Amino acid sequence: MMPFLASDKWYDLRDLSNISREILEGADRVLPFGIVYVLAALLGFVASFLIFVLPSQLFVGVYGERKLIGRIQSRYGPNRVGPFGLLQPIADAIKLIQKEALTPTRSDRVVMYIAPLFFVAPAVLLFAVIPFGPNMIFADVPVSLMYFLAISSLPVLANFMAGWSANNKYSLFGAIRIVAMTISYETPLVMSLLGAVVIAGTLNLQGMVLWADEYKIWLGFVTPLALVIYFICVSAELNRTPTDIAEAESEIVAGYLTEYSGMKWGLFYGMDIGYAIAASAFAVTVFLGGWTLFGLEQWVPPWLIFIGKTHLFYMLFIWTRGTLPRLRSDQLMAFAWKFLLPLALFNLFIVATERMIWAEEGYPDAYVYLFAMFNILVSILLLFFWADFNGYKPGDTPTRPRLVKEPRGYVPVEEQL
Amino acid sequence: MSVGIEHFLTVGALLFCIGLIVALGKRNAVGVLMGVELMLNAVNLTLITFSRFAVSPRPVTGQAFTVFIITVAAAEAAVALALAVAVYRNRDTVDVDQMNLLRS
Amino acid sequence: MDGFGVTFAFWVLAAITLISASGVMYSRNLFHAVLFLILTFIGVAGFFVLLSAEFIAMAQVIIYVGAIAVLVLFAVLLTPRASRDNAETRMALPGALLAVCLAAVFLFVIHDTGWKTTAEPPAISTSDLGNALLEIWVLPFLLASVLLTAALIGAIMLTRSAEEEAEDALL
Repeated sequence: MMPFLASDKWYDLRDLSNISREILEGADRVLPFGIVYVLAALLGFVASFLIFVLPSQLFVGVYGERKLIGRIQSRYGPNRVGPFGLLQPIADAIKLIQKEALTPTRSDRVVMYIAPLFFVAPAVLLFAVIPFGPNMIFADVPVSLMYFLAISSLPVLANFMAGWSANNKYSLFGAIRIVAMTISYETPLVMSLLGAVVIAGTLNLQGMVLWADEYKIWLGFVTPLALVIYFICVSAELNRTPTDIAEAESEIVAGYLTEYSGMKWGLFYGMDIGYAIAASAFAVTVFLGGWTLFGLEQWVPPWLIFIGKTHLFYMLFIWTRGTLPRLRSDQLMAFAWKFLLPLALFNLFIVATERMIWAEEGYPDAYVYLFAMFNILVSILLLFFWADFNGYKPGDTPTRPRLVKEPRGYVPVEEQL
Repeated sequence: MSVGIEHFLTVGALLFCIGLIVALGKRNAVGVLMGVELMLNAVNLTLITFSRFAVSPRPVTGQAFTVFIITVAAAEAAVALALAVAVYRNRDTVDVDQMNLLRS
Repeated sequence: MDGFGVTFAFWVLAAITLISASGVMYSRNLFHAVLFLILTFIGVAGFFVLLSAEFIAMAQVIIYVGAIAVLVLFAVLLTPRASRDNAETRMALPGALLAVCLAAVFLFVIHDTGWKTTAEPPAISTSDLGNALLEIWVLPFLLASVLLTAALIGAIMLTRSAEEEAEDALL
């Protein structure tokens, strides 16, 4: 691993931890004992969440998403508020703040009040363990990958609390659907991440980025199937189309958010985007090399590389949302248990075998490239054959539109040209 | 201003006893299960305390046992709740006071 | 374990855990009791972090909060006509007396024993735990997997309706 060229001076912007270190050391000399820890926590929150995440949320999440989806759907996105619609997120925020947050009389007021807080807190906590640079990580826990999995199972409870407390049948339906879907998709998610952990040999997120730096290959190339499964599972966990049965606007009013309005709804909506950015940041850290870019991070600030990669991964979420229709609940569950879980198990088996061969025979490090090429080939073949075996045959759906003179109702595939 | 092994063991013991009160005293079968889970958590806490504090040739024993207890607790919770739902379908209640068909 | 931070964390976590456990006992609404249970689980996970067992702490949150609490919520949902007021049964008072006596015995034993403790935490990393599970305790590990499979099949079998059983019958 090359030593990093970023120096220790506070003005060297390639390593922003210099600034925080200077501030905290200066504060430690001035403040009484112990208060500096509170200051460190506040500084970490400000740096990781307010500076990196909130602008991303507002501009890429709200504005970028609506503009891109509008373009995918052959329409302009928001373009009224400000030049090119750039002030749209601010207009949204002002509207939500001045709205009255209605609470139904017979709902459970305490739980309805707590549910948005329980939804926001894990989103903020997730950014504590994500490495933005070689020294820029707020809490370098030895098991940060499991920390991420642990924290990402908490918003489900907040959604359930929101749906239950509203004392409304539609909310309860939304809550049941979302809980069932989320716990179904957690299992393939954990399995796919386990494949990545087996190759990298560490549960620490900074360790995974350093592994990518040392072997000059990204984990997403070594286990591409894990990346694909992670993408599908995490977009299901985040309730994004095609898996947003929780908040299906055309089906069950607004699902578990029916009785929420004003800034309480705004917190759910904003943190939805916040979670998506956290999931993208996590995917970038584990699978796409984190803050490294094959040596470019010596000159370009690594946190800029990281933020760029996170936004590019988030564009994949936006793209999927604009393109695919929504799946039905039973189709979703069948997809998780019958398709993704065996696929994740196959992936784990292949990856673990390769790792064992690699470690026991003592092969040189270049074999990881061999494994990467083999894995990419096997992943593509496995995806196609397993999808075929499960009955997902894309060749059967008609893709050419027909002009009809009189309506004939349903025409089976064989009669279509 | 220090925290020793007795502090953690006290918390574990109190948690166990609160779990015992909940398990013996609740009318809903799901409530009884909540008490059982509390007791299992207290046992986990005690085991990890001993793994951390006690002089032992193999301190990882406590953590390994905790992994097994978490596994068994998950399996037991699944089966117990399936039982509760099955009983509810037959008898329309999960009141433990009313599940006394084997008597006399 | 010395230090202001450790002591502060211990007392805060003890307060959270024991108050939430009392909330499970005392709350008059079954759903609130489940929420207090979740808070208790998170408190115990905090204790595990304090005792240098971070892997177990994260596993506790994933399994207990993420799966078992959700199971309990589903069981509450699927039994709509059951009593949801978290009432006590007839044996509540004798049970409480038993628990108080047991607590007294426990506390006496804890404070009367001369514990031989180590000052430094034993350096157990996650890979040490993995090695121990796969080398020393491999048999209980495999038995636990069989147990989980049995629980999975058992839970599915217990909650099948009559039509589903008739569909899959062999004859």
